[in-house]
Parts: sequence; C-alpha cells; structure tokens
Amino acid sequence: MTGKYRLSRRTFLALGTAALTAPMVMNRSAWAQGEAVKIGIILPTSGPLAVPGQASRRGIELGEKLLAEAAGRPLEFIYTDTESKAENGRLAAERLIQDGCSLLIGAWDSGTTISAAQVAEQQQVPLLVNIASAPQLTEQGYTQIFRNFTPATTLVYNAVARIKDLSELTGIQPKTAVLMHVNDTFGQGVAGGVNALWDRLGIDIDIVEEISYDLRARDLSVEVAKAKSANADLLMPVTRVNDAILIVREMVKQDFNPMGIIGPGSPGPYEKAFTDATGKFGDQYITCVPWYDPTNESTQSAISEFQGMFPGERFELNVGFSYEAIQIAADAISRAESGDPQAIRAALAGTNLTDHIMFGGPIEFDEKGQNPNIGGAMLQNQDSEPLVIGPKEIAVAEPIFPMTPFSDR
Amino acid sequence: MSELYLNVIAGGILNGIVYALIAIGLSIIFGVMRLVNFAHGEMVVIGMYAGYWGHELVGLSPLASMPIVAIVMFGVGYLLQKSVVNSFADRPQHVQFILFISFALVITGLHVMLFGPDPRGIFSLASFETYTVAGLRLDATRVQAAGGALALIVLLLVFLQLSTIGRQIRAAADNRIGAQVVGIPIAHVFAVTAGIGMACAGAAGSLVAPLFDTNPFLAAEFTLLAFIVVIVGGLGSLVGALVGGVLIGVVEGLAALMLSPSMKSMFSYALLVVVLLARPAGLFGASGATK
Repeated sequence: MTGKYRLSRRTFLALGTAALTAPMVMNRSAWAQGEAVKIGIILPTSGPLAVPGQASRRGIELGEKLLAEAAGRPLEFIYTDTESKAENGRLAAERLIQDGCSLLIGAWDSGTTISAAQVAEQQQVPLLVNIASAPQLTEQGYTQIFRNFTPATTLVYNAVARIKDLSELTGIQPKTAVLMHVNDTFGQGVAGGVNALWDRLGIDIDIVEEISYDLRARDLSVEVAKAKSANADLLMPVTRVNDAILIVREMVKQDFNPMGIIGPGSPGPYEKAFTDATGKFGDQYITCVPWYDPTNESTQSAISEFQGMFPGERFELNVGFSYEAIQIAADAISRAESGDPQAIRAALAGTNLTDHIMFGGPIEFDEKGQNPNIGGAMLQNQDSEPLVIGPKEIAVAEPIFPMTPFSDR
Repeated sequence: MSELYLNVIAGGILNGIVYALIAIGLSIIFGVMRLVNFAHGEMVVIGMYAGYWGHELVGLSPLASMPIVAIVMFGVGYLLQKSVVNSFADRPQHVQFILFISFALVITGLHVMLFGPDPRGIFSLASFETYTVAGLRLDATRVQAAGGALALIVLLLVFLQLSTIGRQIRAAADNRIGAQVVGIPIAHVFAVTAGIGMACAGAAGSLVAPLFDTNPFLAAEFTLLAFIVVIVGGLGSLVGALVGGVLIGVVEGLAALMLSPSMKSMFSYALLVVVLLARPAGLFGASGATK
C-alpha cells in the first residue's frame, strides 16, 4: 500500500461511518427542506397471491389520495412486487431501504413479511404490517415491527366467538360440523386454533370429521364427497379463494346442502373473484374475519371514493387494512416531524387513532408492536355481496340460516 | 356408502381419461422418434390458453375449441419438427434434452409475457352442472372433457391402424432403418408424429381449461403427470397410456377417500414405484413400439 492515493485505516473508518450514516443524515436534511418522505410498499402484486396483493395496493393508493396529506410533508410511495415469493420479501426490503425509504409497509403474506422483517430489524427501519397473521412476527422481540392485523391466534379466537354467537342470532343450534382445511401453514394453523379454542369457548357443536387437502389440489370432488358422507350440520372450510370456489362448485354438483357453510377466519368467500365465479351458489356462505365497520361515516366516505377510483372493484379487508396502514403512517410521520426512521418508529409506538374504518377499538400498539384492539365480524354473502350479520352493533343484514338448498336457488 | 365409492371411482375414471390424453402426446413422440419431450407440459398449457381465450373472446366451449386447437398445434408441431427437431434426431440424448428444456423455458416465458402469471379460470353456470346416470352424479365438465379425450384417442388409434401414414408411423416405430430401406420418408413421418404429439397436448389443454385454472407455471405438473402415466402404462403404448391414466385417476380418488385427501398424489408415485419394480417396461410397454 504505497503510493499517492493510499487508503489508511483512519480514512477507511471515516468513509465507512459516512456511508453508514449518510441515509440518516439525508433523511433529516430531506425533512428540513420539505422534501418527500419515502415509504416502501412491499406486496405480492403478481403470482398466485396477486388478487389480494392488488386489492391491497388499491387500498394504499386510496390512502395516498385521501390520507397522505395528514403527514404534513409530501410522501413518496415506492412499490415493489414480491411475485408471491417469500424470499423476495428480504430483497424488496433491502432495495427499498437502499433507496432511502424511512418506513416500509407490507407484505400481505406471513412468509414474505417474516423475511422483510429480518431486514427491517437489521437496518433499523420500521415495518408496518398491513396484513400477515403469523404470530411470531410480534413474538420474536423485534423492535421495528408494528402490526395492524390480527395474529392467527386472535383471528381464530374472534372467528370461533362469532360462530358461538350464531345460534343466538338465529335461534337455531347446529349439533355437528366438518372442519375442512387447506394443508399449508395458514390452514393448519387455523385448524389447530379452532380445535384448541372449541372446547375452551364452550362451543356446543361436535366436530365429527376433519379433512385436510393439498393447496395445489385441482379437484376437490373426493374431499367434498367425504364431507357430505359425514352428514354434519355445518361445513367449516378454511380456504384461499380458488379452493373456496372449487368447494362450492362441488357442493352444488353433489347436491350437498348442510345447514350452513361457515369459514372460521379464512380468506376467499368475501372476495370478488369468489362471488363472480359462484354467483347465486356462493350466496349465504358465512365467513368470520376482521372487517370494516360499515356503519362508520369514515368507512362510507372511503368506500364512495374507492368506487370512483376503482369502478367494479370491491372494498374488502385487504383494501381496508392497507388503507389504514397509510392512515397510521401519515399520523406517525406528522408526529415524528422528521423523516428519520427511528423518529417514525418512536411515533408509531405512540399511535392512538380512534376514528378509523376497520371494526375494533382504537389503533394502538402494545410493547410487542401488535394492535390488540382489532375486532372480528361475521359476514354472509347475500346477492353476491359480503354483508355484516354480526356482531349486532355493526350488522347491516339479517342472517339467512339454515341456508337455502342449492337446487332451490 | 357404496354409492360414495362408486361416485369416486367414476370421477377417477373420468379424470384418468383426461390424464391419458395429456400423456399420449408424450408417449407417441417417444414411441416413434425415441425423443423425450420435456416441453410437453408447456404445450398442454398452450392448449389451455387457447381454450380459455376461445371461451372468453368468442364464447366457444372448450369442446368446440378442441379440434381447432388440435389442427393449429399439428401444424406448429409439424413445422417445428421439420425446421429444428429433425436435425437433433440423431444427436446424443443430453443435447436433445437441452433442446426441449429450452423450448419449455421459451414457451413459459412467452406465456408470462403475454398473459401474466395470474391464474385464469373459465367460470360459467355450466361449471355447476351434473349428469345423473344410474344413481351416479357425474360432473358435466369432466364428462365432456373425458368424452372429447376418449373420442380423440379412438380416432388416433384408428388413424394409426388404417391410414397409410399411420402404418408408416408404426413401421418407423418398429424399425426405423427398415422403414427407411423400404422407402418410407422418415423426415416426413417424424414431422407428422411430432404434429400428432403436439395436437394431442393442445387438445388435452383445451379440454382441461374448464377443470383447472390456467397459468404459465402449471406446465411442470403436466409434464410430471404425463411421465407417471406413460411409465405406468408403458412408454410408447397408446393403450398403456389410457390404462395408466385411468389407474392413476382411480387410485388417487380412492386414496383420498379411504386415507387422507392431502396424501392422494403420494399414491400415484407409489403406483409408479410398484409398476417399475414388477414390470420395469410398464404395463403395456413390451417393445416400446406404438401398439
């Protein structure tokens, strides 16, 4: 190392420190100059999860239009597509942080969110989870993760509690049920949760059969035939959207008419792809999920704006939670008065939003970064629209139970 | 309970006939040219997209699209064989392998570029229809797909038995050098065979479009399924492919019913292992020729 441009240890250390602190300094100076605060959005907008990923993106875009002003500074949104591959969460988070993002929002599915969370934690940039239910996200001692969505345990708890309410709402007590679930991490987690909570919550319905099926199954005729042969009062499917369609199609073909179909906390039946594909046969399907409060004025104005921006699309939970993520982000940035990721993190920890659209208590985060106040609603498809039938305080329709046989529709 | 089993077996047979048509294209190309078409699943997916777009754009039922798709794919297969694959016929197997893998990658890439990665399903009220025959409830779309597949398989068997080019194909399959010696135009026969293989793949794709949502990445599953069916039935045997397909369809259905639905695909592999141990050439694979 002789020569005019020798790199000494001190110079190396100085350059290294400068490189590491540059993004922080740049963020602060950006705020001082009134420049945009960059927010990185990580979503699966292509691949198998594209349908909910694109719905989430619509929610972000709606929030960008209606709520971003509340930040008090311009916000710049940088979108990345994970192509529905969990490993891309990490790459997306790294790229967005490198691009100067002060806050990340995402990533819809648990696997991708976990891989993005590791980078966020390492780089000390907060990650606001719009949707992802893996309990470990807020149970691993991460300091940068804030989740405004129910962990699987709460999701199932709320769903089972709503199923318990069903007999009160309808005055009819089903006696037996078949639990049918997809065998991926989500499906097995929910099925395990249902079994664990069933007795604890004193549900007086006997689960007589449990049927698991492959996520990649292209034909569920045998599975539905097996469920039919159990002759139970309720079918409780834990699905994604495509398998929910296959199940209903097979039920119609096999003339399988239980007293009701109730999804205990799974996606699918409330999605437009489902109601479009099943039409009248998808009606009366009940599902228990976190949902927006349809009686709230803020919700009604958000839905009205959404319909103008995205004609023909449905405002559902993916849209709602993603929209709320922007509300939370704008509020935190406004209170942080800085584009510094750690100032935003501190502001996120102090969040307390009482007027928001998703059903539940105020948005706030506990010491683990979890919002503990998210409620669960019971929806039923009626005339191809998912309507809230419980709990009573936000219900907009009466439950139809027992369901009408398929041949009479 | 017996009604449940009979319904599952009937559904398995219908699925199996469609599996057979998916596999026959692979089988005939191998039987005649000794080429293993690793792009077979991709060709099935081309047929699926054709069936899907035929339905979406002009309202054609997949059964009606099937002959059009088969004719177009025959032409593409014929030209591809004449222009590219014939010059690889005598190359080492690893070179042929690379050629077909490159076809597969190009086709999948084109599908992603043209149609995107998202699944596309054909949904209509017809998807909910059933036929009731002797107490059995049969899925209408599956009956139509199996009926179309069976008709095409029978037509192909008759063609191979009775037509001049069919006899030339069988002669080339039995003894290529002998066929050349007696003046059979081998390059033309190979091109027709490739055309038939692609036509079968495309027709099968069109027929299964209402059963499975179409996406570019389904191809690997179809290639694997076709391999299992032709190995069980016997490489190069059309009857073997039909029997292999039906066996796999029924075994999958019964395994799902009697054990666990999530274990059903395991049983097609178990059947493959049993057949390979008991009859390494497959159930109908005596000489590998097209029977």
